[in-house]
Amino acid sequence: MTEPRPTPVLEARGLVKRYGHVTALDGADFQLLAGEILAVIGDNGAGKSTLIKALAGAIIPDAGEILLDGKPVRFHSPLDARRQGIETVYQDLAVAPAMSIAENLFLGREPKRTGLLGWLGALDKKRMLAEAMRHMQSLKIGIRSMKQAVETLSGGQRQGVAVARSAAFARHVVIMDEPTAALGVKEGNMVLELIRRVRDRGLPVILISHNMPHVFEIADRIHIARLGKRAAVVNPKHISMSDTVAVMTGAKRPEELPALAFA
Amino acid sequence: MMAILAACDPTIPVNAGLNPILTIALGLLVCAAFGALNGTLITRLRLPPFIVTLGTLNIAFAITQIYSKSQTISALPEALEYFGRTFRVGQTAVTYGTVLMLIMYLIAWFVLRDTAPGRHVYALGNNAEATRLMGIDTARMLLIVYTLGGLVYGIAGLLLVARTGVGDPQAGQTDNLDSITAVVLGGTSLFGGRGNILGTLLGALIVGVFRNGLTLMGVASVYQILITGILVILAVATDQLSRRKG
Repeated sequence: MTEPRPTPVLEARGLVKRYGHVTALDGADFQLLAGEILAVIGDNGAGKSTLIKALAGAIIPDAGEILLDGKPVRFHSPLDARRQGIETVYQDLAVAPAMSIAENLFLGREPKRTGLLGWLGALDKKRMLAEAMRHMQSLKIGIRSMKQAVETLSGGQRQGVAVARSAAFARHVVIMDEPTAALGVKEGNMVLELIRRVRDRGLPVILISHNMPHVFEIADRIHIARLGKRAAVVNPKHISMSDTVAVMTGAKRPEELPALAFA
Repeated sequence: MMAILAACDPTIPVNAGLNPILTIALGLLVCAAFGALNGTLITRLRLPPFIVTLGTLNIAFAITQIYSKSQTISALPEALEYFGRTFRVGQTAVTYGTVLMLIMYLIAWFVLRDTAPGRHVYALGNNAEATRLMGIDTARMLLIVYTLGGLVYGIAGLLLVARTGVGDPQAGQTDNLDSITAVVLGGTSLFGGRGNILGTLLGALIVGVFRNGLTLMGVASVYQILITGILVILAVATDQLSRRKG
C-alpha cells in the first residue's frame, strides 16, 4: 500500500495515557478517513475506551497529538470536541425521557426567539419543532410528532433521537460508543441502518462495538486495539471474524495475516 | 427549611435596630446563603440532598432559637408588614403579598417553560448524566437552583411575618410538609424532571383551602398535622405508582 492517501478527517499519533502504574494508551495511532464507518474493537483493557475518550475530549492524553483535517487540535473537555464538530452518541440512551423529541435534539443548543421575548430568553419552539422534524425525516425515522415525550418511544427510536442529534450538529465526525448494546436485535438493526444513513450523508462514523456481526455488517474498516496500541487496521471483506478476534485477543499476530486483509 | 428561615428573617433586624429595608435585604441574603450552602455541599462534596437539607434545617432552626432566645418578637417595623397590607378588589381584600406571589409564579412559569435554563433544569432532573454530556454545567446549575430556592424561602418567611405581624422563632414548623404535599399534589415528581409551576400553584391552593377548612371546622391543629401527613404519603404513593407503570 504505497498509494498516497487523502488527509484523514481525524487522526491521532502516538497517544499515551497513564493512570498511575497502568498504561492505558502506549503510543496509539488512529486514522479516520472521509465518508467511512470505522469500527474500533478491542478486548477489555486494550485501550479502546481510552482512545475514544481522548478523541471525544473526555480525557487529555499525556503525550501524542490529535489532528482534525490535518490540523493539530487539543480538546480540554467534551464540549471542546463538540465545538470542533465531533459529536458522540453514548450507549446508555443519553436522553431526557420526560422531555419532547425536539427538546432532546436541541438540549444545550436551543435556538432563541427574536425580539423582546428572545431578549428575555424565550426559546423558538416553532423552529425547534420544524428543524427536529427535518432532522428526523432526513434519517427516515418515522415519528409523527416532535412534541412527543421521548419516554413514549421504543429503545431503538430513542437511540434514533440521539443519533439524529449527533448527525444534526456534527460537522466532522460522529462517534458512536456501543450504540446498540442496550437494544434488542430488531432495534439494533434499526440503529445500524441509521448509522449507514449518517455515513451516506457524508459524515464519517467511528463505531465502538463488541458485537462482531454488527461490526462486520456495517464497517468499512476495522481498527483493532491491543495493549494500548493499534494492532492492525483490517478490511472486513477480506478477513474472517475468527481471524479478527484472534488478532484482537493476541492469539494471532498481525504479521500472520495475508496482506489483503489489511486496510 | 423555609419555615425556620422564615422566623430567622425578622429576628435579625429588630434586635440590631437597623434600617428595615436593609434588614429585609439582609434576611433574604442569609436565606440565599443557606441555599448556596446546601447547593455547595451537594454539588462539591456530593452529599445526599435529603441529608444536607435536613442538616441545614436543624442548624438554621437552632441558630434562630439561640439568636431570638426563643422569644416571639412583636412591634415590628412597618416595612416588614408591608406585604401583609391589603387593598380591595370589589368586595375582596387582597394582600400585597398575594400580588408578589403571583408575580413570582409568573416569572417561574415563564423561565421554566420557555427559556433554555428553565428547560435545562427539567433535563437535569430527568437525566443528569445526559444533561452534563450535552455540555451543560450541571453542578453550577444545581448551585444556582439551591441558592434561588433559599432566596424564595426567605421571601416566604418575609410574607409569613407580614401576614402574622410577629417574628416567631417557632413559626411554620409544619410548613415544609405542607409545601411538599402541595408540590406533589400539583404533579411534580419527587424523582425529578416532571411537573409544572401552575400545578404547584393549584396544589398549594388545595393544601391551603384544606388546612383552612379544617380550621374552620374546628379540627385541632395536631389532627391537621396528622391528616397532612397521611395526605403527603398518599400523594407521593400516587407519584411512585404512576412512575412504575410508565
